[in-house]
Amino acid sequence: MEKEEYLDLYHQMVTIRLVEEEAAQLYQQGKIGGFLHLYIGQEAVSTGLIGPRQPQDRVITAYRDHGVAINCGIEPKYVMAELLGKATGTSKGKGGSMHMADVEKNFWGGHAVVGAHLPIAAGLALGDQYSGKDGVTICMFGDGATNIGYFHEALNLSKVWNLPVLWVCENNQYGMGTSVDRASAVSEIRQKAEGYGMPNSRVDGMDVLAVYEASEEILAKIRKGGGPYLLEAMTYRFRGHSMGDPERYRKAEEIKRWQENDPIGIYRAKLIEMGVATDAELDALDQQVEQEVAEATQFAETSPEPEPSALFEDIYADA
Amino acid sequence: MARITMREAISQALWEEMERDPNVFILGEEVGVWGGTYAVTKGFYDHFGPERVKDTPIAEAAIIGGAIGAALTGLRPVAELMTINFAFSAFDHIVNEAAKLHYMFGGQFVLPMVIRTVGGGGRQLGATHSQTPDAIFAHFPGLKVVAPGTPEDAKGLLKSAIRSNDPILFIEHATLYQVRGEVPDGDYTTPIGVSKVQRPGKDVTIVTYSKMLEISTKAAEQLAKEGIEVEIVDLRSLRPLDMGPVLESFKKTNRAVVVEEGWRSYGVGSEVVSRIYEEAFDFVDAPIQRVAQKEVPLPYNRNLEQMALPQVEDVIRAVKEVL
Repeated sequence: MEKEEYLDLYHQMVTIRLVEEEAAQLYQQGKIGGFLHLYIGQEAVSTGLIGPRQPQDRVITAYRDHGVAINCGIEPKYVMAELLGKATGTSKGKGGSMHMADVEKNFWGGHAVVGAHLPIAAGLALGDQYSGKDGVTICMFGDGATNIGYFHEALNLSKVWNLPVLWVCENNQYGMGTSVDRASAVSEIRQKAEGYGMPNSRVDGMDVLAVYEASEEILAKIRKGGGPYLLEAMTYRFRGHSMGDPERYRKAEEIKRWQENDPIGIYRAKLIEMGVATDAELDALDQQVEQEVAEATQFAETSPEPEPSALFEDIYADA
Repeated sequence: MARITMREAISQALWEEMERDPNVFILGEEVGVWGGTYAVTKGFYDHFGPERVKDTPIAEAAIIGGAIGAALTGLRPVAELMTINFAFSAFDHIVNEAAKLHYMFGGQFVLPMVIRTVGGGGRQLGATHSQTPDAIFAHFPGLKVVAPGTPEDAKGLLKSAIRSNDPILFIEHATLYQVRGEVPDGDYTTPIGVSKVQRPGKDVTIVTYSKMLEISTKAAEQLAKEGIEVEIVDLRSLRPLDMGPVLESFKKTNRAVVVEEGWRSYGVGSEVVSRIYEEAFDFVDAPIQRVAQKEVPLPYNRNLEQMALPQVEDVIRAVKEVL
């Protein structure tokens, strides 16, 4: 990888972190409504995963989607505008935090019913297979989604039809407040792929380069017709499930222990150790991102509300 | 014009659309090698091949979710759910995904997909395989719900559905497949969301659709012998619901009966009657009647099942009630 590529990954991770921190503040000020699920702590997963994708590779995820949107190349200002429900948002203010997408960027949402987007991901991959295209669909979901029937229907179908899908379980240890060992018959989620004869592995989801390498290698295999694959990324969300989570289900020490394992801190140290960048260069990048996020927020705050006529627009594609 | 069965009409529509557009494909349980549970896709697998006639596992969420995903990529999937009773296993994908994605993502997502399924009772299949839950699906904006009652409409509406860019639930009736009717030659389409007067009359308006068109027509034939001229309006689509011909007919007859196979409570009749009262109250000469299924899970026993389903006599009685 070239220096620019290393720094780009860093830039993306810091952008996600600052966008999310800003979003938390805007939520507390009452400017963001509904639910708000922050990606803080999990930045390395999506950043590493999407880093090596080709333009023809589709990405689809669950409701914790702001970071994924940014990794797919959506400018933070459009993410922020959607959070504020503005007409300039990714979904014209009609989707909100959980429903961001940009078809031009091959980012297919943003889906808020746990597990429901997995069969849709299989369909996206089927579309490419049917049309003879070599795109791979990258489908991300949480550990909680692996206990619902959709997961099993989708994985089974993908294997039966040899669909080009990379299934990625972001195991952040809790489905809302229920830990994996209280909800899943197996604590190693990747084992569930064994039941479908599907290759699988685990990766350290706090190490962006480890995720990047795994993704690059697996995407190449799938692209060559290798069929679906389940990758389990071990990670942790530093904040609650959503804003207002009382967090009775995990201890402060546990959170602290993981926070010491900050994916951005780990990557920063690695970049310096590898001689890719200096402390000063990275500080300058941090400041640049601060500025970019401030501008994104400014854009969102000054963007117009949707017109009342938007209420009845886009119910159907045909007139 | 050719006189063909409903099954042949639906089969022809699928065949012709698949010949016309390589992006159209079929997926569902037993659609391929078996030839379709109701033999609608018999011969398709051999002609179009396994890539375009895809047998799926028994996994309704995967079938509908898969169709949604494929539609998002620009294909035109026709997903078959063996019966509408199994649509509940894919309910989330039909009403929470297919019906919402276009709107929720600000118009970016386009879903040109058809879900073909089969509803209705009368075949002693018991409570879980005999339902007519059409109204539930028609409740959701973003979805279109079509339910033809004649071979001509079935073929024209299905062709329109396949060419449409919206998700459409196409509900066939299990006991109508053998019904014959005249079908125009060559390529034609029938617009979705347009009701049609299937039988002209002047004394009373019957509003109905699907299987109940057949029952209502039989009732109208008997009533005609008594000098009562019934006008039958076939809704054909439940969403969008075209009230135009209904109101036009009602303003002429001032009397109406709504006949549906599903349960009365919160049903199609509830909606149609409300709209007539809202939009044509000054024309009402008698309380509008509803004929519908008795409010029980359909029993297996033949006599009990027939007691629960709307019969010709029920329609005749209701018509006489409003006269």
